[in-house]
Amino acid sequence: MSAIFPKWTNSLPLALGAVVAVVGGVVTAGVALYATPKHTRVGYEPVQPVPFSHKIHAGQMGLDCRYCHNGVEKSWFANLPGASTCMNCHNQVMKDDPLLAVVRDSAATGKPIPWVQVHKVPDYVYFNHSVHVTRGVSCVECHGRVDQMEEVYHAKSFSMSFCLDCHRDPAEHIRPTAQVTHLDWQWSTNEAVAAEMQATNGTKFVHDWKVESLQSCSACHR
Amino acid sequence: MADASTNLKSLLPPVELRRQPVVENNQGLGWLTDKLSAFAEGKIPLWWWFFFLPSAFCATVILPFCLFYQVTTGVGVWGNNHPVMWGLDIVNFIWWVGVAHAGTLISALLFLTRQHWRTTIGRMAEAMTVFSVMMAGLYPAIHVGRAWFDWFMFPVPNSNGLWPQFRSPLMWDVFAVNTYVMVSMLFWFMGMIPDFAVLRDRATTRVRKAIFSALAMGWTGSASQWHHYEKAYVVLCGLCTLLVFTVSSIVGLDFCTAQLAGWHATIFPLYFVIGAVFCGFGMVLVILIPLRKWCGLQDIITMSHIDKVAKLALVSGLIIDYIYAMEFFIAWYSGDPYERWVFGHRLFGHTYGVLGWMLIGLNVVMTQFLWLKKVRSSLLALFIIGVLINIGMWTERFVIVVGSLYQDFLPANWGHYKPTIWDVGIYVGSLGTFAMLYLLFVKFLPMIAISEVKGATPQGNPHHPLGGAKGGRH
Repeated sequence: MSAIFPKWTNSLPLALGAVVAVVGGVVTAGVALYATPKHTRVGYEPVQPVPFSHKIHAGQMGLDCRYCHNGVEKSWFANLPGASTCMNCHNQVMKDDPLLAVVRDSAATGKPIPWVQVHKVPDYVYFNHSVHVTRGVSCVECHGRVDQMEEVYHAKSFSMSFCLDCHRDPAEHIRPTAQVTHLDWQWSTNEAVAAEMQATNGTKFVHDWKVESLQSCSACHR
Repeated sequence: MADASTNLKSLLPPVELRRQPVVENNQGLGWLTDKLSAFAEGKIPLWWWFFFLPSAFCATVILPFCLFYQVTTGVGVWGNNHPVMWGLDIVNFIWWVGVAHAGTLISALLFLTRQHWRTTIGRMAEAMTVFSVMMAGLYPAIHVGRAWFDWFMFPVPNSNGLWPQFRSPLMWDVFAVNTYVMVSMLFWFMGMIPDFAVLRDRATTRVRKAIFSALAMGWTGSASQWHHYEKAYVVLCGLCTLLVFTVSSIVGLDFCTAQLAGWHATIFPLYFVIGAVFCGFGMVLVILIPLRKWCGLQDIITMSHIDKVAKLALVSGLIIDYIYAMEFFIAWYSGDPYERWVFGHRLFGHTYGVLGWMLIGLNVVMTQFLWLKKVRSSLLALFIIGVLINIGMWTERFVIVVGSLYQDFLPANWGHYKPTIWDVGIYVGSLGTFAMLYLLFVKFLPMIAISEVKGATPQGNPHHPLGGAKGGRH
């Protein structure tokens, strides 16, 4: 038999398999690292019309989240405050600062400040702030340490598995309702003690507060 | 000596009971090689173009056009709507899976039971399996509506934190059909390797030689290669035989786990397996009879082989008849008013009653003609029965799927189903694609397992006076 192909072609299938494995591995890893919400959403930090610092207001001065986002316990939406809320203080503090010109204009004319929304779930997802906040899900669970952010950025992935991680195991994530807006709160500075108290109390809260943490499709995709 | 030979002769069974030779007219090995390679090597005949052009048109124009319109617009272009959410898409899926099954049964199960006559038709049946499973696989992929989310059907880790529902037979279906596609392709390809080597060695042009060299993967026909090859072949046969039973039973389970009257029956897995095999034997008859004549294979695919396929069709048809009888009997015997109502309406309802009777007429009545030797020896009659079996089995799937869905427990929920032009277009397109692929296979690949047929002839036996290496190219 005259050989049409030289002998090295015997190694072609192996080489081809190796190429497919490498290319496939790189593509898979690339998609997993760079095309998932962990990468595409986390770190999003748009430029806001007013350089409002949560670090100063919520962190340094210790304003409660609900001072400004006052609808969060009653509404599906954690509202943004009107400029009049800002003016409660800023009619006396830094009252002529040029950085606050937009706020003063807004308060005078009633035209809202054009804040850029940072955290957003898709249109096909229903999310209700009040039901989470009143059942002991802290702001920090989804928004991260906003009290340490100069300007707000997207800290968590907000992927569907991010929601489901908590819905599948709520006891690990809920705390006394009084501590919901205390972003740095913990059961104990001792990690082992904290974990144990979380386990005991979390289960109790789930039972006492009738936390359903629904996992059916229509819980969120209504 | 004379006495001894008479005694020996008297021990042989009478002529009519002796095993028929696989190849008629005592043809030798050389003749077989020439004959079986001839079609793949010769000029393309006119009849081939006559069938190829229209089927290629269906495959490359009608099917892509319908698919494009359906995928970009949505499943709403089909007739499927509440309450008939499974329409022609699922009917055709089951039908194509069914067609596939006889091929596997012939090539795998008959191999395990050492039926030598399968060697002549096995390859053609396997090709039928491969192409029809491909057609079947098309339907679930587009039936989901958003074809770009098909990957949701597979257990891929994802940022949605979701997995498919492993407890659902629909999920098992995904695994079963995909396994079936892969194993039957592998089986088909592996079976062809020695024949690719034959075509390679006979090749006259360099291009042809290069193509078949690549396909033959360095086959030399050495004893150690045959040793490995035959081991692998048996393993794949075992796998394929199991798959015949798993794939269609899971399709059956898709139905019988639902609570719908007309679907909710324990007989469904068996029902679908046998229905699939029955339908497939019909298709084997439809494909074999014309090709045997046009490709001049009368000595190889003998009347005795056709007769055996017809007998297998009859056997599976009789089991189908039993299952039909059981379905009606159980519906009555259960006393369930919904079951009784559904089965009563299969035959006496005004909407799809005609189809119910068509089913009985084609699958039950027509099959009984296969009892007659006269019918089994008439190629025309067998061809017509083969076509009718396929129509009948398509009707059966329609009656099961649509006939049970359109009128369920609540009269307020009743509806109607009529396929649209897009339903029909995709079906026609898939038929054309199947035909196109099959014609390409027939023309360019070894459509009969050359090495296997030679092994099944008396000359293939090394002890035969002209057998083995002694006879040379005889």
